[in-house]
Amino acid sequence: MSDGGATITATGLRKTFAGPDGHAIAAIDDISLTVHPGKLTALVGPDGAGKTTLIRMIAGLLKPDAGSLCVLGIDVAADPQAVQDRISYMPQRFGLYEDLSVQENLDLYADLHGVPQKERKERFARMLEMTDMARFTERPAGKLSGGMKQKLGLACTLVRSPDLLLLDEPSVGVDPLSRRDLWKIVQQLVDDEKLSVIVSTAYMDEAERCAQVFVMNRGRLLAEGPPGDLKKQAAGLTFTATPPEGMPARELQARLIDAPDLIIDAVPRGGSVRFIRRPEADEARFFELLHDALVEARPEEIEDAFMMMLRRQERQDRKTPAEPAAASVAAKRRDNPDKPVIVVRDLVRKFGDFTAVASTSFDVAPGEIFGLLGPNGAGKTTTFRMLCGLLPATSGHLEVAGLNLRNARAEARGRIGYVSQKFALYGNLSVRENLEFFGGAYGLRGKALRTRIAASLERFDLDPAMQSGLLPAGYKQRLAMATGLLHEPDILFLDEPTSGIDPLARRAFWHTITSLAGDGVTIIITTHFMEEAEYCDRIAIQDAGEMLALGTPRAVRKEAGDEGMDMNNAFIAIVEQGRAARNRKPSAA
Amino acid sequence: MAGPVTYIAQVLSLIRKEMLALVKDPANRTLLFMPAIMQALLFGYGATYDLTHAPYAVLDQSRGAASTELLARLDGTGVFERVATLTSSGQIAAMIDSGEALLVIALPADFEARLAAGREAPLQLILDGRNSSTAGLASAYVGAVVAAYNGTRGVSTPVTIERRAWFNPNLESRWNMMPALIAALSMMQTLLLAALSVAREREQGTFDQLLVTPLTPLQILIGKALPSMLVGIFQSTLIFLIILFWFQIPLNGSVWLLYLGLAMFTLASVGIGLSISAVSLTMQQAMLYTFMLIMPLMLLSGLLTPVRNMPEALQVATFVNPLRFGVDLVRRVYLEGATFGDVAFNFVPLLAVAAVTLPLAAWLFRNRLA
Repeated sequence: MSDGGATITATGLRKTFAGPDGHAIAAIDDISLTVHPGKLTALVGPDGAGKTTLIRMIAGLLKPDAGSLCVLGIDVAADPQAVQDRISYMPQRFGLYEDLSVQENLDLYADLHGVPQKERKERFARMLEMTDMARFTERPAGKLSGGMKQKLGLACTLVRSPDLLLLDEPSVGVDPLSRRDLWKIVQQLVDDEKLSVIVSTAYMDEAERCAQVFVMNRGRLLAEGPPGDLKKQAAGLTFTATPPEGMPARELQARLIDAPDLIIDAVPRGGSVRFIRRPEADEARFFELLHDALVEARPEEIEDAFMMMLRRQERQDRKTPAEPAAASVAAKRRDNPDKPVIVVRDLVRKFGDFTAVASTSFDVAPGEIFGLLGPNGAGKTTTFRMLCGLLPATSGHLEVAGLNLRNARAEARGRIGYVSQKFALYGNLSVRENLEFFGGAYGLRGKALRTRIAASLERFDLDPAMQSGLLPAGYKQRLAMATGLLHEPDILFLDEPTSGIDPLARRAFWHTITSLAGDGVTIIITTHFMEEAEYCDRIAIQDAGEMLALGTPRAVRKEAGDEGMDMNNAFIAIVEQGRAARNRKPSAA
Repeated sequence: MAGPVTYIAQVLSLIRKEMLALVKDPANRTLLFMPAIMQALLFGYGATYDLTHAPYAVLDQSRGAASTELLARLDGTGVFERVATLTSSGQIAAMIDSGEALLVIALPADFEARLAAGREAPLQLILDGRNSSTAGLASAYVGAVVAAYNGTRGVSTPVTIERRAWFNPNLESRWNMMPALIAALSMMQTLLLAALSVAREREQGTFDQLLVTPLTPLQILIGKALPSMLVGIFQSTLIFLIILFWFQIPLNGSVWLLYLGLAMFTLASVGIGLSISAVSLTMQQAMLYTFMLIMPLMLLSGLLTPVRNMPEALQVATFVNPLRFGVDLVRRVYLEGATFGDVAFNFVPLLAVAAVTLPLAAWLFRNRLA
């Protein structure tokens, strides 16, 4: 860029929306910031922080209610078109035409942006090379995987050279491998073309790659600076605790997170527990809490700083009520603790010629937390749906609680609970009405139903009169859990239950899950947050329908090469090893 | 474990949920009665074949007492309204072309003279045939007026017809149309409601949540069908009351038989709706299928045109159309006071449609491949 001025200057920016219940919600609450050119800048924050609203205002798609906003030296509110002519914006769900091929999508966007024919050839070639999609130009966009679609979206956004690139959560719903590729492309653009890029993300590790980070939460700017400066506030407070032999890391983690006056945050990672100590924590009590663990200091990360900021804001606001109490359900009596509750043998599911799940076998023991992991389209959701009896298997043997739920009698289904990926309760019914309906469907009625509902409402801290569709994401998820657990199932199925909820709510959620497992409930869970695999007793990693790894998180990390590596890298290593092996196979045969 | 009480309680909680979901949505609430009332009134006033105030023009070249009297009689019927008096035959074409007049009556110059001489006196009637049914009707009316005039002149007509229209003494088309609406209008709503009920849940992802509960397909079927039926019968009642009290068309048959027929008819409609719903993945699909179906169902029902007039093949096709039997049943019970024995055969195809579509829908709930 020719002018040396700031790419973006915002002062006192404010935007309010009418909430679903009629009250005004400040999506952006008095934000002032300056973004410098030629850099990779991140907007970091949990869902609902206001990242999308801010990006849409920068793109001139929303008018601020108050404050001023200058983009590339132009007042956006006064002349949005002038800004739009010079920026490229990729929204969260990019508008690809699913029936058109990769090439046709590129052509279409080049036409829309009026890119001259002679420039196209070179530009397309560069985009296809960068996204590694030259092989797929003839494939319809609808047939690409989630990660590939996102890359194509980026390529279409970049058919012309903008002065500023806005990316709204480009890595949401994208598996770790595709995420890595996507970031490589973005980094390349910044390095080679000196492009100014603003990217929003909920992943802390992604913020670490950026030159400048703005941390947002609930419409406010919590902090800004280079990642290195931001994480300094956690310096000296970050530790790793390794539990004694035989104790799962999640048990130690639960103990730590239950002591909020000593510990700011704790998560299981790589077989140990990473935690942040409260600076004012009482020494004696601190050492007592960790008496049986091996505690080592570790370098602070931006995620630590972020968690500290979130917890601080939470304390100030005191809006977020206490996390759901881990009150235990009556301990499940187990008929035969050694007999697996889920038996899967040579399970296959085909859709036409396409094999979604190829010959998969595993067992799950009672009271176990079993995680199904895999990139998008790996077959984990298909496996999951077959287990719940929502999808018939093409071949193979499948037993849940001794029965195949697909053709089992209705009572068998009464022994499982199910929490789906999307909020799948009745949005226009109240919390109580939803609970009453599902309780009734599970054959509960009268006093028994009322008692259970009362207990659930208290346990998950839910307001029975609220309309469920208007609940914040974290509370919707609590209601879904409450519904899935109302009939005290033996097995609980959870399909990506933590996507779209903020880190604090996720911690609270896992707290509930671990305590349920402690009570003997078997948990089957799919997730795309790799670090959450650490909470599982055992995990299975699938790719392209094949089972690549199965075992405890520690064993899986070992298989990936290094016991101490984090789950994200272990996952990438295993999937890549699997793909390499698959590519070798045909040539060997 | 699941005793009959639990079984019924489970179904009841599903029905309760369906009704709550229906009533809680403000858009749904208006949909429940507004369209039924509006359409009943629109059909009552708008959809009529009866001729009133038909515009006509006169080219009276005889200007005698006879022609004046004949025209006075025509004006006196209330059916016709004179919009123009022409002076030359050249003006006729413009009157008809512009649609200003439905018909033109031309009385030749020797009209009076011929009548006085006791000879035949032809008069010319030029009709706008672009709408054949009104043209036919108008010509019949003019014929009747002329016949009456002939009578007063003592011209003997050897055979005369004495008309007595049973069940609808004045042959008002409203009487023919309105009772049929009790079935037809509520069907549109029932079909759409049932078609959306499962499709909405599939689209919003709640159907999976429902399928993993211990509810059996039969229970889901009952829980889905009953609320739609109740809404259908409620709408039929609204239309029934409007017809009975607002348009004052007398009910000749038994209310109980009317409602038994309506219940059976609604059941068949809900069966079709739920089958559509069970194959649809989205609400949009369900709506599209429903609208595609509604038109042929209406046309092949005998609501607007008699089934008898249709080609043989289409008449056979009407046998799978519940609306045909619904319309027939309601009309006969309402207008002619038919007894159960008279209309019993109508129940057979209705039952058959329900017996096929309802189990099909229940099977599709679980076996529709996502």
